[in-house]
Amino acid sequence: MSDYNFAYLDEPTKKMIRRAILKGLAVPGYQVPFASREMPMPYGWGTGGVQVTAACLTPEDTLKVIDQGADDTTNAVSIRSFFAKVAGVATTTRTGEASVIQTRHRIPETPLRSDQILVYQVPIPEPLRFLEPRETETRRMHALEEYGLMHIKLYEDIARHGAIATAYAYPALVNGRHVFDPSPIPRFDNPRLESPAIQLFGAGREQRIYALPPFTRVQSLDFDDHPFEASKADGACALCGATHTYLDEIVADDQGTRRFQCSDTDYCMERRA
Amino acid sequence: MSALAAGFANPPEESARAFRAAMQAMACPGTIQNIAGPQVPGLSAAAALLLLTLTDSTTPVLLTGNSAEARNWLTFHTGAPEPANAAEASFAVGTWGDLGPLKAYPVGTPDYPDRSATLIVEMSDISADGPCLTGPGIETEVRMSLPDADALRLNAALYPLGVDLFLTSGTRLAALPRSTRIAEDT
Repeated sequence: MSDYNFAYLDEPTKKMIRRAILKGLAVPGYQVPFASREMPMPYGWGTGGVQVTAACLTPEDTLKVIDQGADDTTNAVSIRSFFAKVAGVATTTRTGEASVIQTRHRIPETPLRSDQILVYQVPIPEPLRFLEPRETETRRMHALEEYGLMHIKLYEDIARHGAIATAYAYPALVNGRHVFDPSPIPRFDNPRLESPAIQLFGAGREQRIYALPPFTRVQSLDFDDHPFEASKADGACALCGATHTYLDEIVADDQGTRRFQCSDTDYCMERRA
Repeated sequence: MSALAAGFANPPEESARAFRAAMQAMACPGTIQNIAGPQVPGLSAAAALLLLTLTDSTTPVLLTGNSAEARNWLTFHTGAPEPANAAEASFAVGTWGDLGPLKAYPVGTPDYPDRSATLIVEMSDISADGPCLTGPGIETEVRMSLPDADALRLNAALYPLGVDLFLTSGTRLAALPRSTRIAEDT
């Protein structure tokens, strides 16, 4: 253990975040305002996710942190060692061994269980923000269930490109009521938002927390004649050969040779073990 | 003057475990958690644990019926103020009869549905026997004993507004968020 309070945050702050999480679970997809704290890392590095994780961790937990599916990138390594230091919790890179998983922009390929919690780092929680910059207006639009603008945006995609071009942060309707932003996960991951695990979303800079209880209905927005499609790169992982996983495209040499690789490093390594 | 009952011996770790049980209950309506809590006159162990874990000086807590005995304990350990009436309560504790009609409590506003009360309902028992529940957190359907299915059905109809319930009985804890749909049959 360290000289920090367990999991870094002070107890009154954790109480405030915990109340927000409970209200978030009671109204799935609704963004609950919370008094986000300054964390010892810059905004954009997962301060929202870190605060939600800090409010959820118990000493018995095993924490996994991924950044775009990888356990070994700067952001993931930093947050993992942060909690190892300030909470003294066990850490792992194996999805199956983790009880709490903090993620930046991916859902692990290994199916999650009901005893696991997935915490998302969210940059912009408001799905309508790029269509309507005023918070007062977007709040009112959610209150009135006024989501026509979002459908127009998707329609314009089809009009311009022949298909819905939104590839990540693909908006979805939660519990038949709130349109939400699943954070910038690839739309390949959207069908797996309906999960046995509790999913919590934390946006530090924007000061919002929202949640999906297990098995909550999450319908990716689409049209009858242009149904939602969970797309991925057409290829196979150069390391494990998988064709069913989400793939990163990597430039392999100075000649511009490209290859694909599983974005989920733990899943890829388990396949090769 | 009698000594106050104890709170947490190790607040960071005990409140973390208590919150996880509360979160699991709220995320999965119909599941019943078993949690050890402090012995406080007027409160079940589960209700006392919830109050220690979730309330502070910013959350007015209405203590109805027998739970009013715990006022000094609550003030000492959490600083939670007493609301002037139910409409100002963030949390309210008591038996279903003592809590009174649900319409007295804040249900949130269309812009801020989170600004609603959380009720901690002291029950004689919680069992998997009652109306059929469906909704977020429930894979297919589940049954749970409810204090008043008709009143709670009206509460669910307010969605996304409405109050959220914790049900407590001794060390047993369950929850009924407003998102849970309650079938007419019993």
